[in-house]
Amino acid sequence: MDFTTQLLIAAISAGTPLLLATLGGILNERAGIIQLGAEGLMLMGAVTTCIVYIRTGNLAVALLATVAVTAVLGLLHSFLCVTLRANQTMSGLAMTLFGSGLSAYLGKPISGIPLPGPSPKLHLGWLEPVPVIGNIFANMDYLTWFSLVLVLVLHLLIHRTSWGLHLRAVGDSPATADVMGIRVQLIRYSYVIAGAMLIGLAGADMVLAYAPTWNEGLTAGRGWIAVGLVIFARWNPLRALFCAYFFGALDSLGFRIQLLGSVVPSYFLKMIPYLVTILVLMYLGYRNRNKPSGTPEALGVPYIREQRF
Amino acid sequence: MKKRGQSFSLGLLLMLVLAVVLAGCGNNNAASTNATEAPATNAGTTGEAAATTEPAAEKPKVAFVYIGPPGDGGYTYQHDQGRLFMEKELGIKADFVENVPESADAERIITELAQSHDIVFTTSFGYMDFTLNVAGKFPNVKFLHASGYKTADNMGTYFGKNYQASYLSGIAAGKMTKNNQLGYVGAFPISEVIYNLNAFTLGAQSVNPDVKVDVVWTNTWYDPTTERQAAISLLDKGADVLMAYQDSPATLQAAAERGAFAGGNDSDMGKYAPDNYLTNPVWNWGPYYVKAVKSVMDGTWTNEQYSGDMADGMVELAPFGSKVPEDVKTLVEEAKAKIISGELDVFTGPITDNKDAVKVQEGQKLTLEEVLGMNWLVKGVVGTIPN
Repeated sequence: MDFTTQLLIAAISAGTPLLLATLGGILNERAGIIQLGAEGLMLMGAVTTCIVYIRTGNLAVALLATVAVTAVLGLLHSFLCVTLRANQTMSGLAMTLFGSGLSAYLGKPISGIPLPGPSPKLHLGWLEPVPVIGNIFANMDYLTWFSLVLVLVLHLLIHRTSWGLHLRAVGDSPATADVMGIRVQLIRYSYVIAGAMLIGLAGADMVLAYAPTWNEGLTAGRGWIAVGLVIFARWNPLRALFCAYFFGALDSLGFRIQLLGSVVPSYFLKMIPYLVTILVLMYLGYRNRNKPSGTPEALGVPYIREQRF
Repeated sequence: MKKRGQSFSLGLLLMLVLAVVLAGCGNNNAASTNATEAPATNAGTTGEAAATTEPAAEKPKVAFVYIGPPGDGGYTYQHDQGRLFMEKELGIKADFVENVPESADAERIITELAQSHDIVFTTSFGYMDFTLNVAGKFPNVKFLHASGYKTADNMGTYFGKNYQASYLSGIAAGKMTKNNQLGYVGAFPISEVIYNLNAFTLGAQSVNPDVKVDVVWTNTWYDPTTERQAAISLLDKGADVLMAYQDSPATLQAAAERGAFAGGNDSDMGKYAPDNYLTNPVWNWGPYYVKAVKSVMDGTWTNEQYSGDMADGMVELAPFGSKVPEDVKTLVEEAKAKIISGELDVFTGPITDNKDAVKVQEGQKLTLEEVLGMNWLVKGVVGTIPN
């Protein structure tokens, strides 16, 4: 395998949890609700997966439980933001603090206990002889495949279906959507819950694919990177795929440069992902300075029927 | 106009949240230390009550400051096991504060603990200066700091020669590799990691002179994502046995996926991938904690810089993985016996660094001080120490 293929494989491996969490964030924010709770939701997803997988030994049950728990947290976030019209930034930060604390508490009894098994892989023997493609796709795990399919599904959903049109309408102009007979509150609730579920799965992927055990603070800030990637991807699932893998590749590139015998200090190499992010944002900002940013117009604004803005 | 007003109020709210959050953090810490102190003062008063009838029964109040949670499965876990061992041996109930950052917060927490305890163990390198400051203010309290080098009249240090066990895991790795390429995932380019990496390399070279060790620095103690990426890049370069001076088993899992062998650090990680596990250094703090508290109780305590090793049991080697062959185990056991008897010293010359400068002359040995300040890599290590 050559350097590029190895880097691609590493990028996909490092990028998958980021991709799932970013897609979740996009669903949330397309509906007009800010999602700053990703770190907490990922931790809750990770701890739920560990607890249920260790207790039952059944991965499917563990993933279902993960989705259920994060759905409840998503319901809480949408109840606060949609029904109570609480400040969305505050609710999101609260979710992060709450998730970090609760996951640490719930995880204490199973901390350090190994999971029954790693993430199962989908072997595609017929694909193996194909160069590059075979190396990358013949042995990916199910969650990675799920995230790839999801990118396509969400892209089509948001941009090619009437459901997507409703979603975008709710995120851009809830008053207009309301007039058109779209149920704004219902749509916001559903997408915030769906988004939280995906972020929970991102946490599940981290324990299944990286370190097969629960430890407090396991995500180490990856949730916050996903919050940034939502903006970086300009609320678009296809761009999210690119951004997540790009960030994953940068994560891995530092070590590869160290191993090539570089004289650049490792401290500096560790800054690469963040430095490149700033540069790319500056470049995109400059190139798109006369275009809309892609931000849902009503992001962060609670909708109150008949209130004028 | 309306819009600007909104974003202004949003900003204001955000600041408010931050303020509340920060204030909350402060209060939480204070509350948690208070909570841990409360039982101590209770125990103290009952102890005093008992003392009036039976003077010999007075026991010191002991506190621990942890860098991580006891459930980290690694460094703090081993210290907590040591605390539990000491409690059982001496019948003392010790207090602990977990997740204490190596910042001014540490000094505040150590101060609070010093007010209500007789012995305070601070278990991470970064607490050194804070412990020293507090020790100056509480001359009647004994402070014991792990892994540091500063002492005071009432402050001693303790750590162990875990490089002895790293040397032994190096022997196993040197025998197990098929292509003579080993990989080392190092947390930070500091002397603690460097002397373990060097000992690992020397151990591997003692049974396999052609072996090369690639090293990558992650600049984190605990981050499974980063550790995994570091491990994969070493595997991609061709390494078939990895060792990680890190707190998570991420390297072991990455190696297991490729059918390679690996080891970790601090605790026995074999349970995560028994078939791909080699071995690694393990801490056993319990006997030392018993000894230290006892010496305070009988008045023989000194502010020594205690260095444990494989002979006194502070440093141990984890049980081998299931696929490590018998001849490799025998080889390691033989070297272990020599280390324990003092016949074998890991850093005995001739040793050259990876820039071909002679660092230890033939027949010479490094002193403990020289080992603890090591800032060069032995020949055979492929990598650099960033300045």
